[in-house]
Order: sequence, then C-alpha cells, then structure tokens
Amino acid sequence: MRVQVRFFAALRERAGTPALEVKVPAGATVAEVWSAATPEESFADNVLAAKNMQYVGFDSPVEEGDEIAFFPPVTGGAG
Amino acid sequence: MSVRVTDAAFEPWSQLAEYQREQAGRAAKTGATAVFVGSMRDFNEGDEVSGMFLEHYPGMTEKYLEKISATACTRWDLEDSLIVHRVGELSPGDPIVLVAVWSAHRKAAFEACRWLMEELKAKAPFWKKEQLAKGSRWVEHNTPG
Repeated sequence: MRVQVRFFAALRERAGTPALEVKVPAGATVAEVWSAATPEESFADNVLAAKNMQYVGFDSPVEEGDEIAFFPPVTGGAG
Repeated sequence: MSVRVTDAAFEPWSQLAEYQREQAGRAAKTGATAVFVGSMRDFNEGDEVSGMFLEHYPGMTEKYLEKISATACTRWDLEDSLIVHRVGELSPGDPIVLVAVWSAHRKAAFEACRWLMEELKAKAPFWKKEQLAKGSRWVEHNTPG
C-alpha cells in the first residue's frame, strides 16, 4: 500500500525533499515507513512522528493513504 | 477561542485590542486577562543571532494549538483564549508568539496562560533555524522557562 511521507526542518534538509510516497506491506508500522522513506538513515531516537497530523509512536500501524510526518524535537514559542 | 499562525509580522498589542473589540460581548464576564508575548532574541547559546526562519507543519500546527486551547478550557474556567504565532523569516525584536487568556478571576488566567505557553513550546510543531555570522543552524532544544 502507498503512504505519503513528509519531512520537516533538519529532517527535510537531510532527506533532500519535503515529501515523498513510499510503498509498504499491509499492516506496516510507522517504523517501517521510516525505514522505507530513509534507507540511508539509522533509527533515530530524536525523531518524532505524526499520522494524519496527530502525534503517534513508531509502533503505530498505518493504512493506505495515510500521511506520515517525521520531524525533530519542536522549538516554537519564545521567551 | 482563536488560533492564528501568520507569516506576516504582527503587532501583539494591536492584535489584542482588535480581538477584544470583536469579543466585546464577554467583557463584563472577564475580571482577569493574562497575556504573554514572546519575541526574538539577538543571542542564543553564546552566539549573536542576526535572523531566524520559523518553519511549521500547516494543518497540524493549528490543530495542535486548537487542541491545547480546548484542553485549557476544560482544566480551568476560562471565558476565552487567543494564540497568535509567527512563522517565516524573522528579525531580532520581532514578536513570535502571543498567548492571551480571559477568565472571571486571576488564578485561572495566570495558570492557563503559563500552561498554554509551556505546552506550545513542548509539542506544537514549529522549528527555528538561526542565522549566525558563521552560517545557520537549527535550534535543537528550547531554553528552560
């Protein structure tokens, strides 16, 4: 099945693209999407994941058409 | 309850005045208004910072800010809240974030305003990239409050 992958901030720069589509087997998890989308990267402790714009763990299952985003720890706000 | 993410420079005090005018109907219920404004510093971790790029995740960022605003309304007895956050290219001194909370009494307003700000910093999907004299770098963690 196909899922949409998005990267933000430093991960977007490392991946060299803001978005791509990957094929993973039915029943795949977010961790398998990460491996398919970033074959060059080892598993990173410091990566957060969201499924359809909600935070999820890497063990979360994905479905056809899901949008899976990977990004570093967030640094918004000020003061 | 309102959430705004803007790539244009904003002036927090005029935004606040405009929002208060729009919401004039609830003025008599709100004995307390707590406001926090955070702006861009020209220093970080010992380096001078000349500019900043603030990235966000359009859609998820707004949803997350709406979620914490709704949660604040259930944890405290609030009349209203407003969050404005800047994205895009910024210069030192530019306002980055405005959090305002209205409630009947001050305890709820102070506590909810602080809580919203800490939740935003901890989990709202925004990322800062700083421009230094020797190049640029992604900010890897927030400074403690």
